[in-house]
Amino acid sequence: MENLIGLLVLAPLLGAGILLCGGRALDRVGHWLGTLLAAVSFALGAVLFADMLGRDAEDRALDVTVFQWVPVGGFRADVGFHLDQLSMTFVLLITGVGTLIHLYSVGYMEHDERRRRFFGYLNLFLAAMLLLVVADNYLLLYVGWEGVGLASYLLIGFWQHKPSAATAAKKAFLVNRVGDVGLSIAIMLMFTTFGTFAFDPVLGDADRAGEGKLTAIGLMLLLAACGKSAQVPLQSWLGDAMEGPTPVSALIHAATMVTAGVYLITRSGAIFEGAPDAQLAVVTVGAVTLLFGAIVGCAKDDIKKALAGSTMSQIGYMVLAAGLGPIGYVFAIMHLVTHGFFKAGLFLGAGSVMHGMNDEVDMRRYGGLWRYMPVTFVTFGLGYLAIIGFPGLSGFFSKDKIIEAAFAKGGTEGWILGGTALLGAAITAYYMTRVMIMTFFGEKRWAPAPSPDRPSAEPAAEKHGDGTHGAGELPHPHESPKSMTIPMILLAVGSVFAGGLFTLNDTFLKWLEPVTGHEEGDSPVSALTVTGATMAVLVVGVALAWAQYGRKPVPVTPPRGSLLTRAARRDLLQDDFNHIVLVRGGEQLTRGLEAIDRTVVDGAVNGTAVTVGGLSGRMRRLQNGYARSYAVSMFGGAAVLIAATLLMRAV
Amino acid sequence: MSFPLLTATAAVPAAGAVLTAAVPAAKREAAKWLALLFALATLGLAAVQLARFDPDGKTFQLTESHAWIADFGVRYELGVDGIGVVLVALTALLVPFVLLAGWHDAEPLETAAADRRWRPTQGFFALILMVEAMVVISFEATDVFLFYVFFEAMLIPMYFLIGGFGDRTGEPADAGEAAARRSRAAVKFLLYNLAGGLVMLAAVVGLYAVTADQLGAGTFSLQEIVQARSSGDLKFATVTERALFLGFFFAFAVKAPLWPLHTWLPGAMGEATAPVAVLITAVVDKVGTFAMLRFCLQLFPGASKWATPVIIALALVSILYGALLAVAQRDIKRLIAYASISHFGFIILGVFAMTTQGQGGATLYMVNHGISTAALMLVAGFLISRRGSRLIADYGGVQKVAPVLAGTFLIGGLATLSLPGLAPFVSEFLVLVGTFTRYPVAGAIATVGIVLAALYVLVLYQRTMTGPVKESVRGMPDLRARELVVVTPLIALLLFLGVYPKPVTRILDPAVEHTMSQVHKTDPRPDVRVSTAEGAK
Repeated sequence: MENLIGLLVLAPLLGAGILLCGGRALDRVGHWLGTLLAAVSFALGAVLFADMLGRDAEDRALDVTVFQWVPVGGFRADVGFHLDQLSMTFVLLITGVGTLIHLYSVGYMEHDERRRRFFGYLNLFLAAMLLLVVADNYLLLYVGWEGVGLASYLLIGFWQHKPSAATAAKKAFLVNRVGDVGLSIAIMLMFTTFGTFAFDPVLGDADRAGEGKLTAIGLMLLLAACGKSAQVPLQSWLGDAMEGPTPVSALIHAATMVTAGVYLITRSGAIFEGAPDAQLAVVTVGAVTLLFGAIVGCAKDDIKKALAGSTMSQIGYMVLAAGLGPIGYVFAIMHLVTHGFFKAGLFLGAGSVMHGMNDEVDMRRYGGLWRYMPVTFVTFGLGYLAIIGFPGLSGFFSKDKIIEAAFAKGGTEGWILGGTALLGAAITAYYMTRVMIMTFFGEKRWAPAPSPDRPSAEPAAEKHGDGTHGAGELPHPHESPKSMTIPMILLAVGSVFAGGLFTLNDTFLKWLEPVTGHEEGDSPVSALTVTGATMAVLVVGVALAWAQYGRKPVPVTPPRGSLLTRAARRDLLQDDFNHIVLVRGGEQLTRGLEAIDRTVVDGAVNGTAVTVGGLSGRMRRLQNGYARSYAVSMFGGAAVLIAATLLMRAV
Repeated sequence: MSFPLLTATAAVPAAGAVLTAAVPAAKREAAKWLALLFALATLGLAAVQLARFDPDGKTFQLTESHAWIADFGVRYELGVDGIGVVLVALTALLVPFVLLAGWHDAEPLETAAADRRWRPTQGFFALILMVEAMVVISFEATDVFLFYVFFEAMLIPMYFLIGGFGDRTGEPADAGEAAARRSRAAVKFLLYNLAGGLVMLAAVVGLYAVTADQLGAGTFSLQEIVQARSSGDLKFATVTERALFLGFFFAFAVKAPLWPLHTWLPGAMGEATAPVAVLITAVVDKVGTFAMLRFCLQLFPGASKWATPVIIALALVSILYGALLAVAQRDIKRLIAYASISHFGFIILGVFAMTTQGQGGATLYMVNHGISTAALMLVAGFLISRRGSRLIADYGGVQKVAPVLAGTFLIGGLATLSLPGLAPFVSEFLVLVGTFTRYPVAGAIATVGIVLAALYVLVLYQRTMTGPVKESVRGMPDLRARELVVVTPLIALLLFLGVYPKPVTRILDPAVEHTMSQVHKTDPRPDVRVSTAEGAK
């Protein structure tokens, strides 16, 4: 059974290898091969899951060491896997949602001439992400961690001929690398503290290390999580990452990769529990980001960027929950899974809308679409209800639990965190209702198809050969093909039922508890009060959005808006800050150094060369281009050397 | 007497150089194949060395020893430890690729083709083989004087390679100016390295004086000196040891190169053809870092420890400074040169961290950097040869017209930024960990280098390969068969050593441990002894 874990990772890796190295001969079947291997991986995951269920709760983890990877002195990194309930949850989510999105991409990328390569990258992503969650030590996890970063880079920049896509890809990789520095240093700290960085010994003996060391490790892990999960202050890449094809946004930048930070924090729970200061930092980051993302989500007119803000915010919830310790781990992961369903569904819905609307992304140019694309409308609508936490749907259960857990933290901290989470729920209801109304309801505000050089256009549009998408024509919205709607329907099913299923008999809690542990905490307010309050803020959020966008027509050109709106449209000025401080400052620095290198460092050398007896002048005379004279001078030099040596010996 | 394998490994390329140079002008193609044949034979001999080397055996193996200049204790003494044998193999491995990549780099101009005395092709191939021979013997020499002779001698063929052969710019009007620039770069390379060598010569002589004084008979034998030191027969006065250390170190730091002695490298690598640039950075410069480990640390352990703080600081400056300047470059080859300066900073940092991981990582780094820079630089050379320009701004959108070229360039770049899964990650992480365990602050600062590496690589890739297709690259052909033969094995090696570096670390490790024991250093211990039996995992 253990050996299947390796195959789980190898199947998509093999796919990536074949699709990327294989020639054009594979163009016709490449996409199906990629989808098949993703499905194989899912099937292996299901087999392992069934096997795991067959064993006792305490005896479910599987460990296997495949080979010694880097053995140098006391430093030993293995390629080894650890599959427990936590990893299993991720495996099923990654391969399940992953397979659906492969299927969706078959239709979505149909007209792209580089579709084979797209599937190669998707397979590469699956392999790296699976490696990340089944690794049994932090260094191997790091391989998956950067591997998903690479896949994300390749996929964001998939339409490389668009300068904006290439820039967004580079930005994502760079910001993630800043986070990776955190992970690197965390691993080094573990090595100096424990002499190892394998999960078992580090997490098992974490309590024996000093609090200072644990805090340092925890903060570095948090930095890593901030990069990968787009948390403040390393969140700036996620909005730009929407330059990638929509299936990529759904899989990588909503359902799976961006949740890796939550996995890292939950996995490293033993470290954070010994470091209350680091935990405080985690909940702070989560709380700030959940508001930050929600506010940004309110102001965006680009449907994908609005959803990206929402993703950031929802992951903020998860990070907040993970920072609460054993009170929150289970609910962080539960929300992660339900979010995987509904957010992937929402993105696929957005992709379906764009597919039918000449790849228009501006919601101000949508409107009234429910009539034209019923399946998309219904599935998107269910995802919408799930994310705002409509009673009975997935998001209701998982988000409500996080808000309860935040209050249960106790003390002032509990009130602040709980209040923030509630406020976030209100804003979520507001911005999602806004998206829903602007897209599917109201009157049609459709605009002629964007010309290909419009930066927001997804270039897949250029390849549409049916003539209906020519520039300057009004869109003819239509329902998407089956390969796209089926994944949307399946994800909608998950969005509706997953939360209820998980909560029934505390199934999910019992499943994860042996790995993450669980505490009830003591909440100053009853669960019922929390639920009531959540419902109340939900109604307020929806009502506000309806008042603003439902009752009166939506202007096609965005109004100037308040100072906050304008700042939120610009991602709360983070990019402007980055540009002025990092980009401009960096340019000045490198240019300055270049000048110094030329004038001072090299100048000193040249100056020395010139002053040492006009050596350079003599060299110039010797440089007459005849090999013979060079040889003679070399011999002469050698003779001088030997003579000098002999002389020295005599002395 | 057994077959002198080490001598043969150096003699074969040397003989190849002579024969290649002697091929008549009209038989250019034959000369190329002849050179390639000799390079492959050398690779075969290096493989035999690897096969016969026993990692658990004596430190120096396959030794040869003959009297040479008996009057003053110079012996022809060869032997390889794990580090030497691996670096010989690296050199022998890369040279065939260098030859293949430079297959058309030295064709005579059409105007001069009739001139029978003018044989640039033969010269180019012969010089490369000559450099190979001298580098190989530098890695094998265990006599300080013997090492010194070839350490210096390799400057001569390198000088002609840099000064004599440049990129085809395609603009005859620029040819004169380019030749002048090239010539300046070559002279600078020569002078700079000669200056380093002269300082070293003084130290070599000084070393002889000390041994002659204390042991009765002067010697240059590394093993004898090390032995005499440990038995107490040979004691350096502190000042003498430091002075001698500095003399050696200066020469190696120029060659490596270490900030602020690096300014010859960007010019030399920029002006030379890509294969020669690979020869400089992937092979010749490795002699510098190799010699730090072999001679500085083993001959002068006390002084090495004394100088460590300053060297660590200089290495950190190299890492960050090289990376920042790489970001600022407008010329593809100069960018890669500055990236190499940053990487050499990592190697030197690892050497002087004096931990098993640091030195193990640094030696592995030498191998991985050789392969990754070769991959990146040779693909860059293929790109440059298509357009006749080294300027980044002259490219754009190449991935659309030449996807394989762009893809291999990206892989080379990803190796350069040490992406996990590719070989350089393992060595870079080992260096970082090894440094961090002894000098946490230095380790943390060096880690910033990985962000900057991502910056210069991705900026280079974005500007040349992505975006709309520029008019100037339209119709650019993708990689040809010969070019694929060069790139594919290098990429395969990068992948293989990234996933399974053990075959190399297995050979390097005992040699590293030996060096560590010479400087009397042990690894710092972790704070917490983990309780599980699996703890060492």
